[in-house]
Amino acid sequence: MERGTREYALWSIGIVLIVFVALLPVVWIVSLSLKEPSTITTGPGISVWDAFFPKEITFDNYKSLFEGGIDDSPFIKPLINSVLIALITTLISIVLASFAAYAIARLNFPGKSAILAGALAIAMFPPISTVGPLFDMWRTLGLYDTYPGLIIPYLTFSLPLAIYTLVAFFREIPWDLEQAAQVDGATPFQAFRKVIVPLAAPGVFTAAILVFIFCWNDFLFAISLTSSDASRTVPAALAFFTGESQFTQPVGSIAAAAVIVTIPIIVFVLIFQRRIVAGLTAGAVKG
Amino acid sequence: MEASGARMRLGRNRAPVSERTRSERRLGWLLCAPAVIAMLLVTAYPIGYAVVLSLQDVDLRFPEEGGFVGLDNYVAVLTSELWWTDLLNTVFIMVVTVAIELVLGMLIALVMYRAIFGRGLVRTVVLIPYGIVTVVAAFAWFYAFNPDTGFVNNLPLIGDETSWFGERFSAFAVIILAEVWKTTPFMALLLLAGLTTIDSGLYEAARVDGANAWQRFWKITLPLMKPAILVALLFRTLDAFRVFDTIFIMTRGAQDTESVSILGFSQLISRLNLGLGSAVSVLIFLCVLLIAFVFVRWFGVRMAEGRPGA
Repeated sequence: MERGTREYALWSIGIVLIVFVALLPVVWIVSLSLKEPSTITTGPGISVWDAFFPKEITFDNYKSLFEGGIDDSPFIKPLINSVLIALITTLISIVLASFAAYAIARLNFPGKSAILAGALAIAMFPPISTVGPLFDMWRTLGLYDTYPGLIIPYLTFSLPLAIYTLVAFFREIPWDLEQAAQVDGATPFQAFRKVIVPLAAPGVFTAAILVFIFCWNDFLFAISLTSSDASRTVPAALAFFTGESQFTQPVGSIAAAAVIVTIPIIVFVLIFQRRIVAGLTAGAVKG
Repeated sequence: MEASGARMRLGRNRAPVSERTRSERRLGWLLCAPAVIAMLLVTAYPIGYAVVLSLQDVDLRFPEEGGFVGLDNYVAVLTSELWWTDLLNTVFIMVVTVAIELVLGMLIALVMYRAIFGRGLVRTVVLIPYGIVTVVAAFAWFYAFNPDTGFVNNLPLIGDETSWFGERFSAFAVIILAEVWKTTPFMALLLLAGLTTIDSGLYEAARVDGANAWQRFWKITLPLMKPAILVALLFRTLDAFRVFDTIFIMTRGAQDTESVSILGFSQLISRLNLGLGSAVSVLIFLCVLLIAFVFVRWFGVRMAEGRPGA
């Protein structure tokens, strides 16, 4: 009995610590974004509590992000760019990777282990190694500071990630069911639509979430291959935010923008926790 | 995969390949072709081009100069003190980050695996650092430690005037903290996947034989998890070597905190010296190859067991 209580207490402490540390910076950036611009400055002699939490809650920082509409706001255009670029990259990668993953999981052909190993090697590729050549090529080809100029380099990490995740999921699908359905009188298309698509959809969806998170996160390509709000994504735009004068740091606006780009991630995590964990660990260890 | 590989080798010896096998192969290659071509175009071609650029004197500020200079750029980089300082910084951050992460990741994995309650909560919560944009996390930690905006200096036992980013090793400490916070969840999840493959009967047997929890961890858990640990270490080590976002946001390399990726960026994009910058890029690429080689050769990591996603 005593041992049980002690173990219970130990787990509780562990869980509370993990939750506290994992959420601390998130709560902090939310708190920062709700501070009155004049009260953002802290300093010696203030209690931790007062330094951490806003005295009065204000949404001015959020309002300032959207002021001036699409043309003058420093945030709206990058937000649109981020969403569109991440979505388009996800779509392209998932389509290309689904073909490849289907072939690797289901067909027998020489070279498929080489393709998987190659994808893995490319996933470990240092992005800085391609930034210079891409910068030079994009300026010649007119792709510098455009959507395709970012979408193409994003394929370096999104395709291997998607292929790997999808192969792991597709290997688990009982493909025999397709034939069984055809024996039962379904046409090949019906068998595919009614049997295979529902079985494959969760894996495809999981791979899509992971790829989206990766594109959403990119910073190096985004600051190297863009020069204006035409295609700059939010992480890059954050680094170029300026205050009202050169002496004021745009802390409040950066915090508010940071909170906004974190919302989709939190929503994904809360809704699809199980899927994301399964996707991240699928194929990691041979079961 | 091994089994199919063996079958393929056997198949190659069997003289005439049946029409069915041949069409299956053709379909396999056809379906993989778009992805493979895309991956080669976005990596192999640029890295080849980087090698070409690195052998030339290409400075976009002085476009009229130029031409083939052989290995001059490499000599310039490798004889500069900056490259070696930055390489040392990168390796330092990499080693410390990955070492802390391994210990913390293991503890979190054990909590996620063994906790009597709250496992779902922990699994959900650790995904937040994993999913959050690195730049956002870097800003959050930067503002927390910055004396003008933060709360850290208001904590007891910490000097009110501590200037975290004004000195090299305190800046490293914050950079490493932010990196560890962001990437430990990935490590923990990979280790959790390794933990779940261990047969729980082994623990029962050890318990019957009188082994305590500590002994069970060292004699059963760790040895059986070795493959999972090595794969997680390989991925996180290579990922940590590329460290860029956090340093860029926090110090931009000031106070001698520059990493090799920051050096490459400043040569390529800020100074527009594509020749020197490409030499740095190619050297970084070779370092990554070397790290992967060491893991595969010395530790016997089987790449087939790994996965991207760090």
